[in-house]
Amino acid sequence: MACLTDLINLNLSDTTEKIIAEYIWIGGSGMDLRSKARTLSGPVTDPSKLPKWNYDGSSTGQAPGEDSEVILYPQAIFKDPFRKGNNILVMCDCYTPAGEPIPTNKRYNAAKIFSSPEVAAEEPWYGIEQEYTLLQKDTKWPLGWPVGGFPGPQGPYYCSIGADKSFGRDIVDSHYKACLYAGINISGINGEVMPGQWEFQVGPSVGISAGDQVWVARYILERITEIAGVVVTFDPKPIPGDWNGAGAHTNYSTKSMRNDGGYEVIKSAIEKLKLRHKEHIAAYGEGNERRLTGRHETADINTFSWGVANRGASVRVGRETEQNGKGYFEDRRPASNMDPYVVTSMIAETTIVWKP
Amino acid sequence: MAMLTDLINLDLSDCSDKIIAEYIWVGGSGMDVRSKARTLSKPVNDPSKLPKWNFDGSSTGQATGDDSEVILCPQAIFRDPFRKGKNILVMCDCYAPNGEPIPTNNRHRAAKIFSHPDVKVEEPWFGIEQEYTLLQKDTNWPLGWPLGGYPGPQGPYYCAAGADKSYGRDIVDAHYKACLYAGIDISGINGEVMPGQWEFQVGPAVGISAGDQIWVARYILERITENGGVVVSFDPKPIPGDWNGAGAHTNYSTKSMRSDGGYEVIKKAINKLGLRHREHIAAYGDGNERRLTGRHETADINTFIWGVANRGASVRVGRDTEKEGKGYFEDRRPASNMDPYVVTSLIAETTILWEPSHSNGNGVTAP
Repeated sequence: MACLTDLINLNLSDTTEKIIAEYIWIGGSGMDLRSKARTLSGPVTDPSKLPKWNYDGSSTGQAPGEDSEVILYPQAIFKDPFRKGNNILVMCDCYTPAGEPIPTNKRYNAAKIFSSPEVAAEEPWYGIEQEYTLLQKDTKWPLGWPVGGFPGPQGPYYCSIGADKSFGRDIVDSHYKACLYAGINISGINGEVMPGQWEFQVGPSVGISAGDQVWVARYILERITEIAGVVVTFDPKPIPGDWNGAGAHTNYSTKSMRNDGGYEVIKSAIEKLKLRHKEHIAAYGEGNERRLTGRHETADINTFSWGVANRGASVRVGRETEQNGKGYFEDRRPASNMDPYVVTSMIAETTIVWKP
Repeated sequence: MAMLTDLINLDLSDCSDKIIAEYIWVGGSGMDVRSKARTLSKPVNDPSKLPKWNFDGSSTGQATGDDSEVILCPQAIFRDPFRKGKNILVMCDCYAPNGEPIPTNNRHRAAKIFSHPDVKVEEPWFGIEQEYTLLQKDTNWPLGWPLGGYPGPQGPYYCAAGADKSYGRDIVDAHYKACLYAGIDISGINGEVMPGQWEFQVGPAVGISAGDQIWVARYILERITENGGVVVSFDPKPIPGDWNGAGAHTNYSTKSMRSDGGYEVIKKAINKLGLRHREHIAAYGDGNERRLTGRHETADINTFIWGVANRGASVRVGRDTEKEGKGYFEDRRPASNMDPYVVTSLIAETTILWEPSHSNGNGVTAP
C-alpha cells in the first residue's frame, strides 16, 4: 500500500498554489456528518473569503427532490490533518436558496444567542467532554469485547493500559494530534469506565466556537475510525445493563463566574437551570433516558440535583471552584449525541438572558 | 494503517508550541497503573511547574462517588517515547482535596524517609531487577507456551536466542530503547530462566527516584505490551510447580558502604535486615509465599540467610564487594509485584534510621 500512501501524502506546494477545501456540514438526522471537497486557487484563512457552495439536500433528508439545492455557508476554518499542507477543513451551516436557515440548522440560532449583547459581554466559556464508544465494524459489538460475550465487569478499565484493558488507543492518540494540528482546542483525553469507551475534551472555547470545534473534532474522529476499520458511536447507552453510558458533560463559566464573588453567580445560574430542567433535558440528546438512570455516575433524568465533587448529580461544582469562590460548573446531563450548538447556546440563554 | 501511524507520529512543533502531558498514577489496588493526558500551552521540564490535576477516584477504588475528586501532584517528568517531540510522561502521587495523601499513596511516606537528614547524607543508591512474565492475551497462558500444555523443562531459556527458546524479544527491546529515550536509568535486560519471563534493571538511582523510575518503566512496558497485543504479569509465581517465580531483587548501597571500610557497614546493615525480616517480608509483595520456597533460586520465606555469591540466600553479597571491602548488596526477597516506594524506603529506614534495642531486639526507629 506504500504507493497509495505516498500519493495521499503528496506535498503539492512545490508544484501549485492550489489548495483543497473539505466543506463539512450536519445532515438531516442532526447527527450524520457529511463532507465534500473542492479545489481553491490559493490558500484561504478567513471563512468570509471562502465561496458559498451547495449540495443535494434530497440525498441527506434536507430538501425535496424537485428543489434540492441546499446552500453551504463557510463558518470556521481548520487545517486538514489528512491532506496537510495548506489544505483546510471548513465547518459550514445550511440555508435555503432564499437565505433562510433550514430547519436542521442549529448553528444559526446559537450564533444569534451568542451575539446578543448581554451574552457577548459575559464571554461564555465551554469545556465539553465528548465520550464515545468504538465498535467492531461488522458485529457492532464494542471494540475489544469477545464476540458473543462480555468482558469482566467495570473497574479495571478507566484510564487503564494493557492489551486486556485498553482497546483502540491508536485511534485516540492519532485523533489527539490530528485535532491539535487542525487547530482545535483539544485539552485532553482519557480511557473511560466502560472498556472500548473513550473521552476527549475540547475547550475552553468561547461562544459559538465550542460547537464548531466539537463538530469538527467529531468529523476528524469518524475519519480516523474509517481508516482504522472501526465504527464510532455517539449513542448515550450503547450497551444496556451494568455498563456506563456515554455523555457530553459541558463545563461552563461566564466572566462574572470567573471573577471574585463568582460562586454566588454560579449558584444563581444553577438555580435557573433547575427551573428549566425539562426544557434542557428535551434538548440534551435522543435516548438520554436510557443513560440518565441515577446509576453509573448519572443523576436520574427526572430529578435535578447539584453538588460539590458529586458525580451522581445533574450539575457538579469542582472543589477548587468552591474553595476559590469563583470558577465554573459542569452540566453532566447532556448525552454524547447532543448537538453542541443547541446545548451551549441554551445554557447561555437560560443562565444569562432568561428570567424565571 | 499507514495513515494512522502518520497521524500518531505527527510532529506538531512546526505548527504549535502546545505539548501533551500524560499524567500517570498508581490506582486503588496498588498495582494498577492509570493515566490520562492533557494539553499544556508550552513545554515544561520542571515538575513543580506542572499544574496539579484530579481524577475520578470512585472509578479506581480510591474515593466514593459523592466525593470523588482525587488530586494528582506531578512528581517526576520523563520524555514520552510514544508521542515524542516535547511531549512528556508525568509520574504523580495522589492526595485528598484537603492535601492529605490518600491511603494508597506510598510515595509520600517514602519521600519523607528519603528526605530525613540521616538518610540524605548517606545518598542511598538502588538498582532494581524487575522480572515479569508475558502472557498470551485471551488465554493468559505464558507467551510461547503451547496452549493446553507446557514447554520443555527450564534449562535452555535463560539468556537464550532462537524462536524455540526466546519469546517476546520485540517487546523487551522496544521497552529498552523507549526507557532510555524517556530518560529512565535502565541499565540492562535479559531473558529469564522460565520461558516467556524477562528482566530489566533500573539503576543506580538515588532515593525516591528509584521508585519513580520503576513505576514509569512498568507503565512504558504495559503500554508496549498493549501495542503488541500481549499481557504483562507481575505475579510473583505465575505458574505453580517447577517453574521460576518472578522477583524484584533490590541492590542497595549507601555512601558509607561505597567508601573504604564499607564491608563492615554492609554486614551491620544485613544484620539489621535480619532482625526485621518479618516486617520486610510483609511489605515485599502479595503472594510472595508462593515464590519464596527455598527452591528456584530463592530462600524460604520464613528464614533469613545471607551469603557471598549465594543465590539461594535472602541477601546476596557479590564477590567483588567482598574482595574490595566495599560496595553494595542484593536483597533478593522482594516479589516482582512489590511497590518500589515501599521497598526502597523500608530498606533505607531499617539500615540507616532503625536501631535494634538491646532488650528485646524489636528496635526503635530514629525520629
